[in-house]
Amino acid sequence: MTAGSRPTLAVWKFASCDGCQLSLLDCEDELLAVADAVRIVHFNEMSRAKADGPYDISLVEGSVTTAADAERIREVRRTSRRLITIGACATAGGIQALRNFAAEGEYLGAVYAHPEYVSTLRSSTPISAHVPVDLELQGCPIDRGQLLEVITAELTGRRPVLPVHTVCQQCKGRGTVCLLVAEGTPCLGPVTRAGCGALCPSTGRGCFGCFGPSEGAATGPLAERLLDDGMAPVDASRLFATFYAGNPTFGDQAVALSRSDSRADLAEQEEPT
Amino acid sequence: MAMTATAEHAGRPAPQRGTLSPEPYRVTGRRLEGADVVTLALEPHHGRPPTFAHGQFNMLTAFGVGEIAISISSAPGAPGPIEHSVRDVGAVTHALCRTPIGATVGVRGPFGTHWDVDDIEEGADVVMVVGGIGLAPLRGALRDLVDRRRSGGGRVFVLAGMRSPDQILFAEDLEEWRRSGAHVAVTVDVGAPGWQGPVGVVTSLLPDTPFDPTHCAAFACGPEIMMRFAARALVDRGVDPRQIRVSLERNMQCGVGLCGHCQLGPLLVCRDGPVVPYGGVADRLFMERQR
Amino acid sequence: MDVGDIAVLEREDLDMLIAALRSMGFRTIGPVVRDGAIVHGAVSGAHDLPAGWHDHQEPGCYRLEQDESPELFGWAVGPASWKSEFFAPEETVWRASITAQQVTLSEPDDAAGPVAIIGARPCEVSALAVLDRVLMGGAHPDDRYAARRDGAFVVAVECGAPASTCFCTSMGTGPSARGAFDLALTELVEGGHRFHVQVGSEAGAAVMARVPHRAITESDRSARQDVLEDAETRMGRSLDTADLPGLLARNLEHPRWEEVAKRCLSCGNCTLVCPTCFCSDVSDVSDVSGTVERQRRWASCFDLDHSYLHGGPVRLTTASRYRQWLTHKLSTWWDQFDESGCVGCGRCLTWCPVGIDLTEEAAAIRAADGAVATGERRAS
Repeated sequence: MTAGSRPTLAVWKFASCDGCQLSLLDCEDELLAVADAVRIVHFNEMSRAKADGPYDISLVEGSVTTAADAERIREVRRTSRRLITIGACATAGGIQALRNFAAEGEYLGAVYAHPEYVSTLRSSTPISAHVPVDLELQGCPIDRGQLLEVITAELTGRRPVLPVHTVCQQCKGRGTVCLLVAEGTPCLGPVTRAGCGALCPSTGRGCFGCFGPSEGAATGPLAERLLDDGMAPVDASRLFATFYAGNPTFGDQAVALSRSDSRADLAEQEEPT
Repeated sequence: MAMTATAEHAGRPAPQRGTLSPEPYRVTGRRLEGADVVTLALEPHHGRPPTFAHGQFNMLTAFGVGEIAISISSAPGAPGPIEHSVRDVGAVTHALCRTPIGATVGVRGPFGTHWDVDDIEEGADVVMVVGGIGLAPLRGALRDLVDRRRSGGGRVFVLAGMRSPDQILFAEDLEEWRRSGAHVAVTVDVGAPGWQGPVGVVTSLLPDTPFDPTHCAAFACGPEIMMRFAARALVDRGVDPRQIRVSLERNMQCGVGLCGHCQLGPLLVCRDGPVVPYGGVADRLFMERQR
Repeated sequence: MDVGDIAVLEREDLDMLIAALRSMGFRTIGPVVRDGAIVHGAVSGAHDLPAGWHDHQEPGCYRLEQDESPELFGWAVGPASWKSEFFAPEETVWRASITAQQVTLSEPDDAAGPVAIIGARPCEVSALAVLDRVLMGGAHPDDRYAARRDGAFVVAVECGAPASTCFCTSMGTGPSARGAFDLALTELVEGGHRFHVQVGSEAGAAVMARVPHRAITESDRSARQDVLEDAETRMGRSLDTADLPGLLARNLEHPRWEEVAKRCLSCGNCTLVCPTCFCSDVSDVSDVSGTVERQRRWASCFDLDHSYLHGGPVRLTTASRYRQWLTHKLSTWWDQFDESGCVGCGRCLTWCPVGIDLTEEAAAIRAADGAVATGERRAS
């Protein structure tokens, strides 16, 4: 830490919706305690004030989608003692990584009236594809409790307590009845990292994987179960290809499903040749 | 984080606590052993430490960081504080290694099985094969055995594998045991200028060690692969597998058989170990992958 | 009535039983319908119980349906097991405030008062006994579990409607009540809706002293016998327990482990719905003000970090983790606690998202006892 003063915290935005930064602002009461312990020197969502680096802790939101950003992240890394990426965009490329799977310019043309004014890279990539990252915090958006845990752990010099197990375990802990088993509702809970507190299933909606794959996630058998329940391969593919399409565990499964017409096709693709 | 106890509770009996709640202990001494091992001397805030036996462990808490199982490295019944030798390998051990004198740590224990040195046949040789920090749980037993040797007991052989000549743990102890008549041999993984001793794995010391395999007790403590090879080498020399003991290691989060993390086949290592016989127990476990 | 006595409770007097328990200070928790399943909830009278509801269970599938029948216990078991009443899914075991001068430790007292659990199936009564032995039977009992468990009242209900996933007869835990219950009811519908009541403890006798009941008749006895015999014939699955611990212990390198690993999600659902799985994680959390909490939460041996040792996890593959789970339940539990860790409730089949069937896996290993996967046996 910077000698003789509170450690400095900087928050950086790349290609993203700002939702994860809002999670930090949303901490309110707890943020005041954190603000006492750190000096927030760069945070556009909060203040126009800016201070030059070096920074003790940098939180980075967003993915790299332009050549300028690919350069800027190197500068952030260079001036940061600890670099922590927050959210699906920064850790996996975000929903904008869907374009990695499409023909060049396909999404651009669909979204912008004058795509010729937009200059972007071919793909959306996570921060870790460009610079070394000290810690990745998952979620779309991140969980504010987990964010506070990470900052507190950084300040007290311990390892943050962040689960690597599945959303199922949080459902079972809170007594939520399994939607997949009891209703046949498609759910990515068995392959998704815990951290949200199993929010969607508790309101009757299947998990859509917004915290990314759990450690060792076995997407293949789950995909087969979804098809067994009558889900069309194209729909199952879309389920895997949302916020974490840029993560190979979900992205590759989405691609495999999109190429199959049936469960038999899928099983065939999985057989090693 | 620096912590000291208030004096107001001194002398009072320790309050009754839950199974998972640590007792506050004060760090009364710390000694660096090699580059990344610190021996902490601990005394309870209240009363006297509970009695323990060779090879048992305590759960140590670095408040605010976590709890971890650490073998007791002093001898039972020895006067003064109890000692734990901690190697800085993770967040909790790192915090423990940095704890200053006067600060407070949490202690639960002692837990686990022990090694009863009184069970050793009279006059039998004792062979200790240890790797690095694996010497810590045997340190107390070695002191007792060396004392016993002085009063006419069996011979004591210490075969220790260390990382490098400047990373020889408990060097003063090794020297003292050597002076007291024990056969002490140290090998290192990587030599250095000036090192006259052997370089290589600890089992390579066995062929030159003149113990009587037909009348001996042995203990291996260190990384699992080292214990496996050491135990097999001892058996190959003719030692009865039931006379060999090893100290097992698994993830322990409660230390008392409640959390399930330390399962190793039929064993809950915290409850049924860490000290187990090689013959009939550890020999089978060492056979299976990913147990 | 005394321990061992039998009587009959009329359906309309069931409210009196629940009221008696409540007046004696028990929180009454029993089966209720929520979110398409029978789960546990507060029960203030018989009207809260799942009248006419029946469950249909298959590996990986659970559905509830309701008909006109007056049955209150016409279902097998739901996803929730009674362990969650006594072994909290998540709790703070101690809290410490730390200043430069002192460490002050306190243990949160979260006692909500003694609980009466209504409708525990015989397999679940056995499961609680298994959990008691693990968490209270050793030299260092779990005081938090014990505080909730001591003084709890168990109203067992014998099983008349086993599911296709049930195999309690194989495990010797049902469908008739056995073991440590305070009262055991058997729901009888034919010939008048009533309950056969067995008194299992002094506490059970004390409750029955406050509840109207009548002497048992021969037709009551034979009606109960019919219910239990019918249940046995409807038991959907079986598990051959002959030398089962030995069978698994000698087949640790069986190819079936690799085969099941291709289907297993390693999600941990089986362990969390299991009424005897007891693993927990502890972790310390602290805030910037110097408050430290040690938290404990249910854990699963399917978590990669469950076996973490410095340097990495011991059980890296799904095959090794599934093997750990199955061999623990059916084999090494005997070594550790001198009994089976499985009671045959079938939850791990039903609530597995991909329907892996423990009885099928054990049978597959038995069918090829001694098989060794190519290249599996490590040169020693």
